[in-house]
Amino acid sequence: MMNGANGKKLIARLERASLAFGEKVVLKNCSLDVVEGAITCIIGLSGAGKSTILRLIDGLLRPNEGKVYVRDVDIAEMSEEQLIAVRQRISLSFQFAALLDSLTVGENVALPLREHSALSEAEIRKQVVDALDSVGLSHVYDLLPSELSGGMLKRAGFARAIVTKPELILYDEPTTGLDPIVTHLITDTICKLREKLDGTAVVISHDLDSIFMMADYIAMLFEGAIIAYDTKENIRKSNNPIVQQFLSGSEQGPIPI
Amino acid sequence: MKVLDRVGRATTEFFEYAGGLTLLGVESAGFLVRMRVRVAETLAQCFLLGVQSWIIVVLTSLFTGMVISLESAQQAVAFGVGNLVGGAVAYGTVRELGPMLTAVVVAGRAGAAIAAELGSMVVTEQIEALRSMALEPSRFLVVPRLVALLVMLPLLTVCADVVSIVGGMWIAFTYAHISYDSFISSARQTIDFADVFKGLIKSVVFAVIIATVGAYQGLSTRGGAAGVGISTTAAVVISIILIFVSNFVLTFLLFGGQ
Repeated sequence: MMNGANGKKLIARLERASLAFGEKVVLKNCSLDVVEGAITCIIGLSGAGKSTILRLIDGLLRPNEGKVYVRDVDIAEMSEEQLIAVRQRISLSFQFAALLDSLTVGENVALPLREHSALSEAEIRKQVVDALDSVGLSHVYDLLPSELSGGMLKRAGFARAIVTKPELILYDEPTTGLDPIVTHLITDTICKLREKLDGTAVVISHDLDSIFMMADYIAMLFEGAIIAYDTKENIRKSNNPIVQQFLSGSEQGPIPI
Repeated sequence: MKVLDRVGRATTEFFEYAGGLTLLGVESAGFLVRMRVRVAETLAQCFLLGVQSWIIVVLTSLFTGMVISLESAQQAVAFGVGNLVGGAVAYGTVRELGPMLTAVVVAGRAGAAIAAELGSMVVTEQIEALRSMALEPSRFLVVPRLVALLVMLPLLTVCADVVSIVGGMWIAFTYAHISYDSFISSARQTIDFADVFKGLIKSVVFAVIIATVGAYQGLSTRGGAAGVGISTTAAVVISIILIFVSNFVLTFLLFGGQ
């Protein structure tokens, strides 16, 4: 079992991962520990490559160099067929939910169960209703995604992500573009889901209030690498001028605007 | 050097495209062989891609049959060979125009629909969501559309053959006073079941082209709404070009110049 620098058990780890899309270098020797049972939040500038890290952990992207471990296994070397088993243990909740618009919300949430389990339809429906109930959406089972508001869409995406009871949930900007009340509701939902599933989560967000409310660990991504990683208390007290500028939202500092 | 660079790039892009198309086709065929087909989705696609194309296919084939008959019947009667018009219409329809026109119409409608739908799914991250749920987009989305076209395109082709010949027969009777009996007799003497069957083999190949090109273009979409438009246009254009090219090759192979 992998252990991090602080001796905690890790569920996933990026080890000196680098990734470029053509000429554009997104990650460069990026290392990150994802502690089991904790919520790790990744902060950083827009376009810094935060979502890319989630996609590396889910095996949707492969690094050009470096390793991506999930439960001790380097998934960067796996074939697409081998990755299927890994992806069944990880869920990715997309920024815009990415529900299939031809299916109802209930069918969307049921999809991973229908495809990957031998459960009866009655059992699947029970689990889908339970998942929707967990995010406060039990009344939208038969609605189409186009009939939901932005906040409801995100929560429906959460329901799809948790219905298989994954070991690790990756949330890509769950609060972006939402009003403060729904942002609070979403943040609260993520915390409750962690408690309910006793699982691990990696969250990308720009909402610092949300981050400090839910995070156990915070990692700051800057110019392709994690430049700070610690508990939220220590990150708040960090002497790193880049972290301090980011947290204060100041235009003055080492971060080029 | 610029010319060489361009030629090199174009060649690479061509082989990348051909390779990607082939891989998608082989991957989808693999799921098909292993019977990993989503039946309900396939039936829905049969309706969307096949049944909903029916009226366009009927109209185009009807008027094509009527035009062939109009052009040939009066000339044939003038030369005293009016009794051959039925054969001419049936021959051209069953072996060439039926399969090809149906495929072109379906490529314009269904091929575009496949590319647009899958392209929209790419730009809204739905395809990535499928992959993150450990679902293969080729099995989940491409195979149902491929099977639907493999079933529906031959049926539409038979429909087009019949409608085209009936349209031709009506025009031959109306404008050149060629009796229905004479028209049908001539058609039956000219074509046989093998001609119809070979025409249907063509439609199977065309179905593979339309589904694979449409799906590949859709899944390769980049760059938002504009990208979906580009993919959709490319799907139709490339499908139609491949249909024409493969029609020539198939005619040569199946009919051997007869």
